[in-house]
Amino acid sequence: MIWLVYDGSFEGLLTTVFEVYEYKWPEIHIRKEGMAVPPLFAEIRHVVTDDEKAKRVWKKLIGLFGPSGVRTLWISWLSELETIEETILEVIRYGLKLQQHVLNDFGNLHVLQLQQAVKSVGREKHRMEAFVRFQLTKDAIYFSVIEPDFNVLPLILSHFRDRYADQKWFIYDSRRAYGIYYDLERAELVDFIPNALLSPNGLSSEAFSENEMLFQKLWKDYFKSTNIVGRKNIQLHVQHVPKRYWKYLVEKRL
Amino acid sequence: MQERIQEKLNILADSAKYDVSCSSSGSDRKNENKGLGNASASGICHTYTEDGRCVSLLKILLTNHCIFDCAYCVSRKSNDVKRAAFTVQEVVDLTIGFYRRNYIEGLFLSSGIFKDADTTMERLVRVAKKLRLEHGFNGYIHLKTIPGASNELMHEAGLYADRLSVNIELPTERGLKLLAPDKTFETMEKPMGFISETLTALNDTRKLIVSTPKFAPAGQSTQVIIGATDESDREIIQTADRFYRGFNLKRVYYSGYVPVLSDDRLPSLSMQVPLLRENRLYQADWLMRFYGFGAHEILDDSNPNLDLEIDPKFGWALRNLHLFPLDINKADLELILRVPGIGVRSAQKIVAARKFGNLGWENLRKLGISLNRARYFIVCKDRALETKDYSAETLRHLVLATANSKFSQLHGTQTSLFG
Ligand code: SF4
Repeated sequence: MIWLVYDGSFEGLLTTVFEVYEYKWPEIHIRKEGMAVPPLFAEIRHVVTDDEKAKRVWKKLIGLFGPSGVRTLWISWLSELETIEETILEVIRYGLKLQQHVLNDFGNLHVLQLQQAVKSVGREKHRMEAFVRFQLTKDAIYFSVIEPDFNVLPLILSHFRDRYADQKWFIYDSRRAYGIYYDLERAELVDFIPNALLSPNGLSSEAFSENEMLFQKLWKDYFKSTNIVGRKNIQLHVQHVPKRYWKYLVEKRL
Repeated sequence: MQERIQEKLNILADSAKYDVSCSSSGSDRKNENKGLGNASASGICHTYTEDGRCVSLLKILLTNHCIFDCAYCVSRKSNDVKRAAFTVQEVVDLTIGFYRRNYIEGLFLSSGIFKDADTTMERLVRVAKKLRLEHGFNGYIHLKTIPGASNELMHEAGLYADRLSVNIELPTERGLKLLAPDKTFETMEKPMGFISETLTALNDTRKLIVSTPKFAPAGQSTQVIIGATDESDREIIQTADRFYRGFNLKRVYYSGYVPVLSDDRLPSLSMQVPLLRENRLYQADWLMRFYGFGAHEILDDSNPNLDLEIDPKFGWALRNLHLFPLDINKADLELILRVPGIGVRSAQKIVAARKFGNLGWENLRKLGISLNRARYFIVCKDRALETKDYSAETLRHLVLATANSKFSQLHGTQTSLFG
């Protein structure tokens, strides 16, 4: 069994798919660089991302699944599930075999797995649109840290760009160490933190504007006063606001 | 200064929390010219209170000073509470500050009546106007209108707000007389009528002239408090039905009365309207809005209250067993919608799928229908799962025995409330 290791970019995955067909490998595993270590004596090949190959696969897929179908494949890939690349490959193989748009064939195990991943990513996207909490820095940037289970930054970009068009903002995914920065013109994925937010020991609380603490306090107060004590239902509360998100939510932080 | 704002927020959010009509859906205001915010059609719950309700709007009173004396209300004149009032600018600053931090979808502003209806209403309108015109704010704004305010102010309110509401609070004139002596149905219905007529008139114009200004694009809603007076579910549903048909309401909200005051006219402080009753009323409401049921079909003289154990559609089916079983492959959509356990989406899927061939049990299951209840009321291409002529009583037991009683924890003590 051959283990194909790619650089973790979507172009890299498309290149990998190209090579699977180019070299006619029957059975393979696909892993992102730095992910789980293949077994000791496995045959490992490193795929070098190649724009030309990636483009050819992309075109082929658009023809097969249409633009929204390819988007579906991409969204499932954002789930970063350990074997999602293999699932995607199987679905592509299945589509090529039937020469059909097969993404609605829920009877097929691989399609089903792929669609389940898409659903989970979608849920996470909505949660992040709800749970991002901006803090205003001295440099007038609205800053937020999140740590989503799936890689949803590319999916929430347009929501925040459309909503917060007149303020600078930055959403940072601390697990994946990159963010989206909107500078009043464009919103772009970036892998740096604006200087204003950095102090010698990481993120500085002095970086925030005078009013920031007041608004956080007011929001916490509001959260408390709007609760009806007699109807307390913590189980329901936690179901809606899972504990793993609490540390980023102003109203749930102590 | 800072402490004063904090105190005001505590007081004025606390007294606004019993109003349940606070969803931010139904508007689709776009962000144009790089302004602030937009209102997406389905709204976003940004957090949930510890009692499990969605928080999507900053829901506050402009002031809790009030010249009226409604018995169920914490802000009533005769109640001894701390009073506070926001300035227009304070509400605007709070809304913008919260919105920019992605805490909320917008503002739900209500108020006690100070001085008179028009003065109060004018102040509410000023908040909305300032948000829209001075801050380029496109987030959601819901204004609770003040009974008795002039048509001119109502009209202006509709130009800046996404939704307007007139809370009738009590489902009958009799209840209103008892608990809200300063209010009458007439003063409540007049603004509802005005909003409804303006909505219709502007929509007609918009068909001809596209640039007609939007008037309360998310429509109007109202809230009814249940369990503060002794109205039956039937009276409540009938009132709701009348409002839906008469005033084109988008939503009627049912708010189980939370006892906060002791007063001889009110249920005692230890009483709690079961959430389950609220829940059943919402189900009945859905049946009217999406399933084509009339109020008279859901409850009648011999059944004045909703059954807390079973949902209202199942209840209706048990009283109308002569209409079943239904052939799922032939029946009209309207009838399929009346089968217990089949929702709107499933009913539509059935009608779409059967064009490709008759459906059997397995097909139905794949379409996502839980046959737990439906199986007793339908036949399909396969042999019937249930052919026995069960009595309504037996059916009820069969279904209840298999249903996981997810509502059982909500059972409260309401049943014995009024003896
Ligand atoms: S008019 Fe409104 S605020 Fe005033 S007492 Fe009645 S319900 Fe309360």
